[in-house]
Amino acid sequence: MIEDATLTKVLGRAMATGAEFAEVFAEDKRSSSAHLDDGKVEELSSGRDRGAGIRVVAGDTTGYAHTADITESGLLAAAEAAAAAARGGGGGARVVALGARHDADRGYRYEILPEDVAKATKVELLVKANDVARSSGSAITQVSASYADSRKRILVANSDGLLATDDSVRTLFSVSCVASADTGMQTGRQSIGHTMGFELFDRYDVEELAREAAERAITKLLARPAPSGQMPVVIGSGGGGVLFHEACGHGLEADLIAKGASVFKGRVGELVASPMVTLVDDGTMAREWGCFGIDDEGNAAQRNVLIQDGVLTDYMWDYLRARKEGRSSSGNGRRQSYQHLPMVRMTNTYLLASDGDPDDIIASTDHGVFVKHLGGGQVNTATGDFVFGMTEAYLIENGEITEPLREGNLIGNGPEVLQLIDAVGDDFAMGPPGTCGKDGQGVPVGDGVPTLRVSSLTIGGTAA
Amino acid sequence: MTAATSGDLLDLVDKVVGWAGAGEQIEAVAVRGTDTEIRVYDGEIESLSSAQSQGVGIRVVHDGRQGFAYAATFEPTILAEALAEARDNATFATVDEFQLLAEPDGVPVPELDLYRASLTTCPTDRKIDLALELERAVVALDPRIVGFESTDYADTRFEGAIASTTGIRNAGAETSAFLSTYVMAGHHDETRTGFGFSVGREPADLDPERAAADAVSRATRLLGAAKPPSERLTVVLDPWVTAQFLGIIGSILDGESVLKGRSLFADRLGEVVASPLLTLIDDPTDPRAFTATDTDGEGLACRRNVLLEDGVLRQYLHNAYTARRAGTVSTGSAVRGSFKGLPGVGVQAVSLLPGTATQAELIASVPNGVLVQDVAGLHSGVNPVSGDFSTGADGLRIRHGEVAEPLAEFTLGSTLQRMLLDVSAVGADLEWLPMSASGVSLVIHDVTVSGT
Repeated sequence: MIEDATLTKVLGRAMATGAEFAEVFAEDKRSSSAHLDDGKVEELSSGRDRGAGIRVVAGDTTGYAHTADITESGLLAAAEAAAAAARGGGGGARVVALGARHDADRGYRYEILPEDVAKATKVELLVKANDVARSSGSAITQVSASYADSRKRILVANSDGLLATDDSVRTLFSVSCVASADTGMQTGRQSIGHTMGFELFDRYDVEELAREAAERAITKLLARPAPSGQMPVVIGSGGGGVLFHEACGHGLEADLIAKGASVFKGRVGELVASPMVTLVDDGTMAREWGCFGIDDEGNAAQRNVLIQDGVLTDYMWDYLRARKEGRSSSGNGRRQSYQHLPMVRMTNTYLLASDGDPDDIIASTDHGVFVKHLGGGQVNTATGDFVFGMTEAYLIENGEITEPLREGNLIGNGPEVLQLIDAVGDDFAMGPPGTCGKDGQGVPVGDGVPTLRVSSLTIGGTAA
Repeated sequence: MTAATSGDLLDLVDKVVGWAGAGEQIEAVAVRGTDTEIRVYDGEIESLSSAQSQGVGIRVVHDGRQGFAYAATFEPTILAEALAEARDNATFATVDEFQLLAEPDGVPVPELDLYRASLTTCPTDRKIDLALELERAVVALDPRIVGFESTDYADTRFEGAIASTTGIRNAGAETSAFLSTYVMAGHHDETRTGFGFSVGREPADLDPERAAADAVSRATRLLGAAKPPSERLTVVLDPWVTAQFLGIIGSILDGESVLKGRSLFADRLGEVVASPLLTLIDDPTDPRAFTATDTDGEGLACRRNVLLEDGVLRQYLHNAYTARRAGTVSTGSAVRGSFKGLPGVGVQAVSLLPGTATQAELIASVPNGVLVQDVAGLHSGVNPVSGDFSTGADGLRIRHGEVAEPLAEFTLGSTLQRMLLDVSAVGADLEWLPMSASGVSLVIHDVTVSGT
């Protein structure tokens, strides 16, 4: 993408005003998507994004400039803009010696690159999903299906001599259905996404995905309003680790800790959760939606244990926060694109399985809610209050799963909810692909949980 | 937008449109943005980012099939590649007789004054000072402020041009400036947060004192908040919350949702769907709106559209495609997230016709209720297709017509259908907010509060 000699020159220029650190992040991304709705293949889209962002750190100030012009002159101009923004003193030029270029090793190969697959083959998947969803029941009145792939090559070079590259291929497929009856309309959605090529469809069956989406919509036609108030909640295996993502994931990001904007500040070494909780953030998890070879600051992906048997072991770190604390990054420096500054982000965040029998967990719940699939969520890290949605849920009555419930949010407080986890199953599974938003930037993340129970959460429904 | 400012972008889109072959429709959109983002922390600049970004989106329609491609660059070879991709993409689409580009419809483009040259001439130091002033103002207001999550200044100078083989041809530029802070108030072990912001077209429009006062008040008045018991009662939505609610209502009224059987309000034109107190208007030609714009995502003139009138459903919003399919004309409501996608259809600057009462007067009319200051998780708890509504919230108890103790960690539950009918008062306090909706205080009865 960019010659070593050019990188050396650009980093030198970026450091010319006496900054302590400079970095070039370059990206070349090709993406394609296809969308079917209302029985028609509506649009195929192709995109090309290419550019570089230059970061300069002087004291506590970061300067940033990005450009779509990755010629030497374009990069030098951006380097000057970033250096000016960082307002370093007049330290004079510094020579940057880059190490050998290191291409990230992911431990697996992409088998079928998206650019080697005919568009007609991608469109066939959409048509197949549409046909299957529509034939899943006469109540299905609308179906949309989406296919998307991307290949993003990145290069990171910095004034510490780091020079690393990575190549990320992601493939995503989703189906959304509307079911209609006298009771109104309901929706069901299913998606799969992995950091791999078109081999995704050798491993997963879009017809099964379409059937699940349709069944979810149809089931909810008979759903009753969700209850209102506090009760035990069982989360299904693989239903979505968004509970942990919101309840404590964001609160363990070192940038929020540094500003005192997290209820988990100063609590490393303390028991912050039920002893059944061991929580991991793992960027090395092969093929998962949130994995990568190097993070967007050039550090190799890592597996980090955040909570071990209920005890908080560490936060997640990027370059800037780690440097301030005199430690190394944990490989959690990520950004949406070259147009954005990196910050501390999660990768694949999951709860380790324990030894509970999932059936027993339900059977031992007298009256509560079983959430089979979670939706998105949101957290205020400073107060710890968080919400997450349920897109498929059922009532538990006398230890048995009974009636389906309409959609709604659940609300809780992170540190309290972590202590209230009183059962963890042995049936771990990863959930569907997600996009995590922070400060206006979205990055792909994964999550996973075994069946688990929270002894008390507030359900935001309308029924007494 | 004014045509004089973006001549080179018009040249660029003209060039792409000129590449059209026989029987082929082409639409090209070119944009260029210059952004400045400044974050301050503890009296220092934490980060300063300045950048220019640009790109072109190309839509091709041939024999009722549409294809799209974009490139985040103006490099001619890459644009030619994008056009070839868009053409190729079109060959895989299903033939749709309604799939044609927008045609000029004779509606004059309104003259809106959305560009301020001062934005680009204002020194960066002045912009930094605004953010620092905001931080200082917050600290000076209340000793219970214990920290900041962020304090930001951001501005954008945006230029765009669109042209098509059907004769659409527009260009213009606009500016916006934004100041915001997220603060933390503390007392013993408790922390509460609040935000404040100020928006305008240029730095001189921004009011750091106002943003500081809002943030401090929002954070400090929640100190001591407890989870309320679950019960059904009356809520007063703050304008900020109402605006988010209106954004969801807007998504039920777009022609695409209606045509594709995803709207609660399909086949209900002329019927009462809301309280007679509600008149809902989408008017991007009102220059006070943060999202004001003279032309829509397909280059047609924007116009004022009355969606609900005294609670009666009057019309849906349409772009060229949904209008043609519905047998009507575009309402100038094509929305484009960016040059990287095809235009959809939706609200651009929606607002309720305000009532006559102040928020204090509305509160005085409520014997037992909750003033809702903020909501969280609308994206996960509201389903605009089914109408199910559930959101996290915080705010203040209303007791005997007066605000009382703070409340947090509860949800509000109802359905969108019921909430529209259950509105019992609309405030006079119209606020223009940094989103595609403005807000007023709104009183809604019979909402379920879920807490303990």
